[in-house]
This record gives sequence, C-alpha cells and structure tokens, in this order.
Amino acid sequence: MSEIANTIFSPELAARFDKLVTIYPLRRSALVPMLLYAQDEVGYVSDAVIAEIAERIGLLELDVRNVLSYYSMLRTKPAGKYNVQVCTNISCMLRGGYEILDHCKHKLGIGHKETTSDGVFSLEEVECIGACCWAPAIQINYDFHDDLTPEKVDVLFQMYRDGQGKDVK
Amino acid sequence: MPTLVSHPDEVKVVSRRFGQGAADIDKYVELDGYKAVQEAIAKGPEWIINEMKASGLRGRGGAGFPTGMKWSFVPKQSEKPKYVLVNGDESEPGTCKDHVLFLHDPHSVIEGTMIAGLAIGSKLGFIYLRGEYRYLLKIVEKAVADAYAKGFLGKNIFGTGVDFDVITQTGAGAYEVGEESALMESLEGKRGVPRIKPPFPAVVGLYGGPTVINNAETIANAPHILLMGGEAYAKLGSERNGGTRLFGISGHVERPGVYELPMGYSLRKAIYDVAGGIKDGKKLKAIVPGGSSCPVMLPEEIDVGLDFDQMGKAGTMLGSGGIVVLDETVSIVEFALRTIAFYQHESCGWCIPCREGTDWIKKTLTRVYNGGGNKKDVDNVQYLAENMLGRTFCPLGDAAAMPTIAFVKKFRKEFEDYIAGNKAGTPIITVEQLVGAH
Amino acid sequence: MPDVKFTVDGKQLTAPAGTFLIEACKTNGIEVPAFCYYPGISLKAACRMCVVRIEKMPKLQTACTTPVSEGMVVQTETPEIAQARKATLQLLLGNHPLDCPVCDAGGECELQDMTFKYGAAESFYAEPKHHREEQKWSPVVYYDRPRCILCYRCISMCGEGMDVFALGIQARGSSSVIAPNVPAQMSPDDLAHVDCEQCGMCIDACPVGALTSGTYRYKTRPWEMNHVSTVCTHCGDGCKTTLGVRSTSDGSEIVRGDNRDKSGINNDFLCNKGRYAFDFANNETRITQPLVRQPNGELKPVSWETAFDHVGKKLRELRDTRGGKSIGVIGSNRTTNEEAYLLQKFARTVLGTNNIDHHRTADYVSFAQSLAGNTDRTASLRDTLTASAILLVGGDPTIQAPGTAWNIRTNVRNHRGRLYVANSAEIKLRRQAKSFLHLAPFGYSALASYFAGDAAAGSEAVGDTDALTTFREAIKAEENLLILIGSELRGKDLKKLIDFGLTLPGAKFALISDYANSRGAADMGLLPDLLPGYTPLAGNTTFAEYNTPAAPGLDMIEIFEAAERGDLSALYVVGSNPVSRYGIDPASLKDTFVVVQDMFLTETAVLADVILPAANLYEKSGSVTNSYGDLQLVSKAGDRAGVRTDFEMIVRIADKMGANMRELIPFGKGTRADMGQSRGVHSGEADRHAVWLAANNMEPKLSPFDPFAILDEIQRLVPGYNLLRLQLLSGNDQHLQPAASSNGLVQIGSRRDLVLPANDTLFTSGTLGRYSTMLSDLQHNESLRPPTGLTQIQPAAD
Repeated sequence: MSEIANTIFSPELAARFDKLVTIYPLRRSALVPMLLYAQDEVGYVSDAVIAEIAERIGLLELDVRNVLSYYSMLRTKPAGKYNVQVCTNISCMLRGGYEILDHCKHKLGIGHKETTSDGVFSLEEVECIGACCWAPAIQINYDFHDDLTPEKVDVLFQMYRDGQGKDVK
Repeated sequence: MPTLVSHPDEVKVVSRRFGQGAADIDKYVELDGYKAVQEAIAKGPEWIINEMKASGLRGRGGAGFPTGMKWSFVPKQSEKPKYVLVNGDESEPGTCKDHVLFLHDPHSVIEGTMIAGLAIGSKLGFIYLRGEYRYLLKIVEKAVADAYAKGFLGKNIFGTGVDFDVITQTGAGAYEVGEESALMESLEGKRGVPRIKPPFPAVVGLYGGPTVINNAETIANAPHILLMGGEAYAKLGSERNGGTRLFGISGHVERPGVYELPMGYSLRKAIYDVAGGIKDGKKLKAIVPGGSSCPVMLPEEIDVGLDFDQMGKAGTMLGSGGIVVLDETVSIVEFALRTIAFYQHESCGWCIPCREGTDWIKKTLTRVYNGGGNKKDVDNVQYLAENMLGRTFCPLGDAAAMPTIAFVKKFRKEFEDYIAGNKAGTPIITVEQLVGAH
Repeated sequence: MPDVKFTVDGKQLTAPAGTFLIEACKTNGIEVPAFCYYPGISLKAACRMCVVRIEKMPKLQTACTTPVSEGMVVQTETPEIAQARKATLQLLLGNHPLDCPVCDAGGECELQDMTFKYGAAESFYAEPKHHREEQKWSPVVYYDRPRCILCYRCISMCGEGMDVFALGIQARGSSSVIAPNVPAQMSPDDLAHVDCEQCGMCIDACPVGALTSGTYRYKTRPWEMNHVSTVCTHCGDGCKTTLGVRSTSDGSEIVRGDNRDKSGINNDFLCNKGRYAFDFANNETRITQPLVRQPNGELKPVSWETAFDHVGKKLRELRDTRGGKSIGVIGSNRTTNEEAYLLQKFARTVLGTNNIDHHRTADYVSFAQSLAGNTDRTASLRDTLTASAILLVGGDPTIQAPGTAWNIRTNVRNHRGRLYVANSAEIKLRRQAKSFLHLAPFGYSALASYFAGDAAAGSEAVGDTDALTTFREAIKAEENLLILIGSELRGKDLKKLIDFGLTLPGAKFALISDYANSRGAADMGLLPDLLPGYTPLAGNTTFAEYNTPAAPGLDMIEIFEAAERGDLSALYVVGSNPVSRYGIDPASLKDTFVVVQDMFLTETAVLADVILPAANLYEKSGSVTNSYGDLQLVSKAGDRAGVRTDFEMIVRIADKMGANMRELIPFGKGTRADMGQSRGVHSGEADRHAVWLAANNMEPKLSPFDPFAILDEIQRLVPGYNLLRLQLLSGNDQHLQPAASSNGLVQIGSRRDLVLPANDTLFTSGTLGRYSTMLSDLQHNESLRPPTGLTQIQPAAD
C-alpha cells in the first residue's frame, strides 16, 4: 500500500519509494535515485512522474525540474526500449568509438537522441562511461558492452531484438 | 565485462582480491576481509588516524591530499552528526579503476567506509556511484545487504556495541558531481553545483555535518593499510607518496587495462612494459597521464615516476591514474577539441569563466577543426584558457583550461599547420558528427 | 562581533568580524564590482567579478565570500585583477547579444558599466551566439535568455526574498536557463509562465536587460526620462517609487515605476503596484474638463471658472440657507496630508460643519486613544526589518502591505527575528513564523480578551487552549516586541490588545491600513468627532483659532442617512467613491447638491452635479503618512493638462465662497491680521503663525496654492506632527507619533465601528485600481492559472 493514493508507479516501485524517502537524514536525498528509477519504469521522466515525486518528497515541481534537467541520464521524452549509449570520449575515440557510433547510426537508421520507428532502439552519444581500458564501449540501458567492433555491435543488436539482452535495472 | 590484466611489476594491495570472487562476503572474509575493521574498533580512532598518516596514502581521486590528515581535520565534538562519504562518481575520461574495484572487491569499500567512520566518530556512511554504474551499484547493494545480514553493519556490529550504517546512492549522469561538494549537493537531492568553500566538508559537509569524503580506491586502501601497518604500506611507494595505485592504461597500447603499480613507478615502463607498448608498433605521440584534465606530455617527457610530486614537477599531474596513450596517427587538434567538448558538456554553468570559456573554446576549436580557422585562433584559445585558469568557482574550470593550454603550447605548430591546411594525424570525427554531437 | 583591523588598497580599515570583504569595502567607499552579489540574499560566488588579491593566498579570492580577518592585506585594483575582470567580461560578452541600442537596460546596465570600466570592448568572438526566443512569463515579466548572464539574483529574490520560489535554474553549462514554475507543456497556451505575486523584484535585481517589465519595455530610453522619487499611492506601507517621466503633448507621462536608488523606507523592495500600477494616470477615460450637470440632466464640460463659480455660489447659498450642518464632506485615503488637513479645515471653518469623514480602513482613533499618554510606543515600518520579535495579529501583509511582509521575511531570514502569527486564516507569513496560532473565525475579540486576562475567552479564540497559553507565554517572554495589528482589531478589542502589549517592556505597536494616506487622513482629522491629531472637539485650545462647531458631526453612514431623509443639502466628495464602497442607493442623493473631485467617472462621480477633474498623488506635491506614522514627501512626477490638484480646488472653492483666504491658508505676511498688537508674552492676539514661523526659521509661503503653507500650520498645530523639515525635504522618512491627548477622550466603546477594510488583492487597488490596465491584465492572468497549485509548498515531512 503506497503512501500516495493513485500512484502512477507499479506496486513494487511505489513500495520501494515509500521506503526510500525514509532512509536518509533528509527526504530530499531520495530525489535523484527516484527520478532514475521512475525513468527505468516509465521510460522517461514524465510530468506525472514529476508531480508524484514532488509530492512524495515535499518539493515544488519546479524544484524537481531544476534538478532533473541537470543530470544527463534523465530525460523528459520517451526513448527506445533499448537505449544505446555510445561513448566517444578520448579513450574510446582512440580505439574506434566514432566508428561504432557511425555504425550504430547506419544500422539503426537514427541519429543522436533519436528512436527507431519500432521503438526498440534509441541512440545516444555519451561522455566517458568509465570503460576506458576496454574501449570502445557502449551501454545498452545499464549493460556495458566493451572491446567492440562493428561486427560485435551487430550481434548485440540482434540479441536485444531477440529479447536476449541482460537489461539490468 | 572488463577483462582483468596482470603484469609481474604489479604490487597488488587494493587489487589483491580481484578475480577471486571477493564480491561474495564469505570469500571476502576468507581473504582477511572485515578483520581490519574489527581491529580498528578495538584500537580506536587515534590509532587508525596514526596508521593512515603513517601510510602516506594520498587521495586517489586525483587531488592527492593526505588521507590521514583529512580525517584528522574532522572536529571531535560536533552537534550535528558526522558522515563518511565515498566518492564513486568516477567520471574523469580515461579513468575506470573504481569500476574494477566495485566489481571485484565491493566489501573493501564498505570496510574502508566503516574504518573512516570509526576514525572520525561517524555512524553513517554513504557510497555514491555514478548513475551509469548501475550494475556495479547492484553488486555494492548486495554486498551491503550481506554485511547487514552478517551483523557487520547496523547496530552493535561484530557484537562490539558499535553502530554503523551504510547507504548506497546513485547519481544520474554528471561529471561535475565528482567534485566533493557537488557530490554532497547531489546526495541531498539538488543540482550538482559545488558549494562555496570555506567551510570545507570536514567542518560543514553533508547535511551540514562534518564529513569525510574520499575516493572509493582511497577508502578501499584503509583496511589493507591497517592490516599491513601504515609504515609497511608507505614503503611500497615513493617519497611522500605511500603505497600503490590503480593505473588505468588506455588508448593506443597493446595491453590496456587497470594495473596496480607502486607509487613512483616509471611512466615509460608503465607504457612500454606493463601495457605492452604502443599498439601495432606505431610511434608514441603524446600521453595524457592522469585523466583528461591533466596537461599532455610529450614522448621525451615520460622518464618520470608516477607519483603526485614527480608528475607535478614535470608540469603535469598524476590525476586520477588514467593514463591515455596517443600514437602518431592522432590529430592533436581533434583530440583537444574532443577534450574541451567534454568539459563544455559537463560544466555545471554556475560561474562565468567555466561556462562561457568552455563553450567559446569548443566553438573555436570546432571551427578550426572544420577548416575555418585563422592564425589568431591559437592565441585566442590560449588566452581564454589562461584566463579561466584559477578563476573559476571550482576545479572543473582548471580541468578544462589546463589540458587546453598544454595542447596549444606543446603542439602549437601542429595547430598552426592545421589552420594553414597541413593537417597532421588522421582526423576521426566527421563534420557531420560534430554537428550532431550534444 | 568584535572589530577586526585589515588593510585594503593601503588603507587601514576596521569592520566587525564576520563581515564579508565586499561589504566592508563598500562601507569604506571602495567599490568591488560584482554581478551575482546582492546584499541580503544568499552568496553565489558565480560571476567572479569581485576577485581581489589577498596576501598569502595563492589565487585571487572572491571578496563576496571572504570574511575580513585580522591583519588581512587586500588589493582590489591591480593590473592582475583588472585583467581577470576584463577576461570575465569578454567571456560574458561572447554569447551576450550586443543589442544594447534597443535593450531596456541600455544606459542602466551593470554589464555595460563594467565593460566600459575594464575596457573589455575589443571583441574577438567569432563564433555563433546561442540564441533562444524571448519568453513572456506574465503581463509584466519577460525573459530574454541570450541577455541573461546567469547571476541568479532573480532566483534568490523570488525564493528567499519573496518566499514565492517561482524561478529556477534548469539545464546546465552554457545551456543553463532561468526557468519559471509553469512549464510550457503545462500551460494552456504552450508557453512558459510564472505563477507568482508579480512583484517584479526579479526584474529589479537583474543587472542586465534579461528580465524586462511589460509596462516599460521598448517604450523609451532611460536618459529620455526624468526620474522623480515619490510615494506609492496604493497601500499603507508608503514605499518610495521612482517614476520615470517623459514629456508628451498634454503634460508629462509616467512611463516607468521602479525602485531606482533603493534609498527609500522600502529599501530593496517594491511590489507590483508600486512598480507598475501608475498607469491609471494615463488612462484614456480620465476626466480632463470640469463637468456641470445641466437642467436636462446631462453633464456638460464647462470652464474652470464657471465650475468654481457654480460650486462656490451653490455651497455658500446652501450653507447660508440650510446651515453648515446640512452639508457633508468626504475626504480621501490617497490625498496628501495638506489636502486632508485643508479639507477638514475648509469643512469646519468655511462650510461650518463637522460632517466630515473618510473611508476608514483601520481604527486609528482607538489606536491613538489606547496609546494616549505613552511615548515611543509606536513602530516605524523600518522597525519591522530589525525588531527582534514581531507579533502579527490579524491582517495579511503579503497581500495588504507587501513591503511590511518583505521586511518581516527579511528580518526572519537575515536578522533571526522571531515572528509570532495569530490569524484566523492560514496566511502566507505563517511560513516564516516561529509560532502560528490558528484562530477561530472572528476569534480576534476573544483573543484580545484572553490576552487582557480573561482566561475564559481562550476557548473562543482557538480550539487548542494549550497552544494559546504557550503562545501567550512566548510573547510575554519577548523584550522589545513589535505588535503589528490588522484591521480586524477595532475599538475595545484593539484597546485590550494594546493594553496587554503596554504591559510588555519595550513593546511597540503599529496598525495596518490600506492606502497611501489612510493614516494621514485620520491624523489630519477627516473625522466627525475629532480634530487633527485626534484632538477632541470640545474644550480644545489647540484649534481655538478655528472657531469650529463644538458638537460632533455626522459620520460616513450618517451623512448618507441624512441624504436619504432629505436633510443633506450638499455633499462634497474629494477623491473617494463612497457610493460604490458603501453600496449607497443613488436615489438617496437626488435632493443633494453633489460636488465630486476625481480622476474618473466613478459610481459617485456620475451622480454629481459638478465633477472637477483631479490630479492624482503622482501629480502633486505634499506629504503622506503611512500606516506606521512615517511621514514622507510626495513629489510631482506626472502632469496632465486639464486637471488640478485637490488642494488648489479646495482653495478655489473657498475663495468663490468668499472665505477669508488668509484665515484658511496662512500665506503671505501677517496672515491673521492684528500685526501691530503683539504685546509680549501676554499677547493672545498676535499673529501666532508668523511668530511661530519666525521662531522656526521659516518664512511665510507666498501663495495660497502652496501646500507647504498648510504644512506649516500642520506642524504648528497638530499634536505629534513636530516634523523635521530637512528630513522631509531630503526625501527621508520620519516617524511621527500623533497619539491623542489623554484629556477628554471619546469613549472607545461608544463610537461606531466604521472600519471597512479595502480587501484589495495583490492585483486590485480600490476604485483607482480599476483604471490600471496592468492590474486588469494581471487579474486576467491570474484567472488563467493552471488548476495545480504550483506555488503551494507541500509540508515537508522532515
């Protein structure tokens, strides 16, 4: 039973949020994780997500928007089911990161921050994801895939299309 | 999954449990885990701090501040609760050492957090991981849950009457949050904008309480130091640079990876021996030695020991230990552009010099890269970077300015030639990609 | 805090420990430039303009965040610092649009000034500038992101200062943007808006032209205006507003209101009415010709001479035939003290009647009488900013007296003042209160009784009497409490509360009323039963030279009751709209000769036989007294052909009635005759006014139209109005204490409660406000609010 009547979240996530706001010295500390977890479930940070999180924490919606717009992983528009994030920062760039990005663009037929028409994939060029020694690397949702080649990327996309992606949440 | 590498020159302290399944609590305990913290409980804060001071451990995040001293700055008496905060927001391009640490030995971070808590009289620690590290957060969360289940965390830990709690936290994509006070803001549910200092975190930190904030690797060293003794740890490294360090060697090398090397280890050997030399037998062109914010080094400058002081003397920084190696094919103009583009993207925008400076330099270098440069641009970029340096609200401005200045100064001719139409290296980024970039 | 010694630019300075360097420098006349720093709001350290060199520090330091310390040696202007500032400006100017020629801030821009000073004019920026479309956030607030230098002052002003929190910062880096609280996708018109109090403080704080005012933008250039500082006409706080005036073909038009030099009683603050609601003066429906009702019932424009002749003749005739007692006079809350005083003197000495009243928005009579015999017990508006503790009983300053509310919030935030609020509504200031006592509806009387010692009344005032006890004890423990009282407390209730307060050492009082000169109207004796300074009619010696009727006259209600009965031969209304305010049946005035001085054809004016077009408070000189008793100078800013000041009109009518002008207005030499009969101390016949003027180093005013001639008399005769001329003429406020004499008090309980609070909102201002286009726009804007209460802060659980 959620603390919020008519929650927009699943019972599991609502229960998790009920608890999350209680574990910190200040409720507001739950804000960034809540936004991210809500995005994981809803697909993006919608106006409804903002309203409910504001209510749960006791913040103005403006406050929530101020914070969410700061963090690059949070988005206010839907993305594909699998959000492909290609790192092109220095270590990846030196080992083919841009080649991977180009390959993804061609393979998926979409550009930066775009989604395939079937809604399965979206693509994003991202900054360093902390996989420099295994470059080039990408993240699909939260899964890391490293030491990539265009061929390996093809295999990965097929895996995800076939529903065999790990999809950590 | 990151591949583990090893080399005979490695001295494994913080990495000694890597690859041994130590994410499992029983395995961790079997490998001497949670011994140090119990000893710490028995011997008390003064002992801990003395050992930490004796170890010569300096912050592994990049600033290199002596850890023992940092802990000793926390006031003994405080009206507000004190906190330990572990910075696992690893985001400096070229750096992935904490990635491996959370993956292979999460309990050492937890144990280190507890030790820091005991040292300063805190009962609550936070382990903050960058948002992209979700799978690592899961590993750390499980480790924390296991530690609670065993009675290692929570009330009356190890039956000693001591209480200590650990909360894990995720970021959501912001390099700037790696700055300690910005991380506190983020953890308090705010925009990751740094705070005005002073007051420093040791006095007024998280939730206004005295706070010790350390990089994850720094914290993970604490149990090892207590087990082997501070002096023994210190001896592993070089003068005023105790112990060992995780170095992530990436870019154009044969065997990229995260290696634990003694402080003061030769940069040349790190590149040519440990990492197997330049990939595909190419020539070395430049090294970014400690994450993207460190001034670039030329091949003739690499006979230097990898510690904070020697690297400083060499006109660069040890930084985060992320050594990025560039071979002869790299266009420095392009590399400089990619570097400033990162800082432009990650600048929080709070202060004028960083917000406007990174934006301006990125725009100028983009134009230059696209062939629209003119002679004066090189001077202008240098002028802008030099006028950002030391003038910004937080170190991000310096982190953007320093490499830019070094690129322009050390590769001035390459920039000028590029502008004149004589492009060195093999540019990778297409104009189309530049336009599409964020 | 003990003082510390330090050196700046070679000068030895001292300042209290803890003072920030930038403030310490300013105090000592050393200017350290800054964009983001603004006194009283949170520190930002974002603009990096205030960098200074401090010995033994490796880098330049920001003066705004560095507290002074003993022995500190500082340089504020060296080549190194100048270069740092120049570079910061160059960086700013990169993305900044150089549209200064059309920018509202051009000529008044801190960025321009700094660029000029540090020679950052040479531009080597060759890149495309970021562009975003300008946004209209409300009828009065526009935001132009490209011009914004992200100093964040506006955000702090709105959040910390106003407790509104309608502005935030969104995105990051060079994409950072100031964002209002209603995002485009949640707005009916798909545009972002602010849901706020529309005070304009964000615009005021903006150092550049990023935030501009809907009433002023693109209208003129700052240097084309004359700037006249005067007092806002709208509420009882009496804030200073500086009106920007430009010549037009028929006078001079007010094009801007703002808080230009922040030198007024309101310090940093000005609300939306003070800032924008001057536009009634430019309303097209203003009357600019005297109108006289013709036998056919139509109003016909006539010459001034004809109008005055007609009024003078008629009033004289009615006075002489039906007696002064058959004439009623209604004064204004928005005319000057001089006009109010002159009006009552005219009524009493020329018309021969005490039938004079005004729309009372607070019970100043009971207030003055309750404090009779006490000195230093009234508070100035300025005290609300500094008092260590404030008790607010009734009222809602956020809406009624925004300047007071600003001061209270600032006090709580910056001076740790303790605020206690007792109110039957959950007013916004409860958020600043240390303790909020939620009274039962109409619980004020019971609360006053409880405070006065009637324990049994407690349960009538609030449900939780324990909370009431705690509240009272907390108040009693406060020294130097400022007791701020809303208009809900009147008569006996007000007296009880004040009596209780008088038992607290150092307690001071103020009573909040609704318009610029509500307090002055009462002080000046626009009352049927009291002369100026709350002087009783009977047995007074102060106003002996008046020769007024001794019996109290009719009050506001009684005047109209007399009209209803056919006993009112004439009604003279100056700057008031009683027909609307008191719901008077127009038919009741059919047998009364009605003269109205007003700007507009109000509900009262349309019933008049003669309408005389009046100047408003922004078009005249004189003085006004705010709710607190703070006297300030009003200066003429605007001008409109065809209108006259109420002062002049009263004088002209008196003249046409054949009154002795020198008795009415002490002007010229020997105004009161018998100059030759000064016989030393025994002289009762000498020209007391001339003697007084001489004694006060003043000269007689030469014109009967000079309001200061009346000010001389006010100062000479009205108890408590012993003002300092230099203070007044310098544009400074001074606190006056016109407490009633303790002799011959009218019994408070026996007086009728005639207080009718104006109940204005943030976007209304009585009848006058209806003629402000801006206020109408804001009311309309308010009606478009999205259903979600975006500004409501949810109570946080921790």
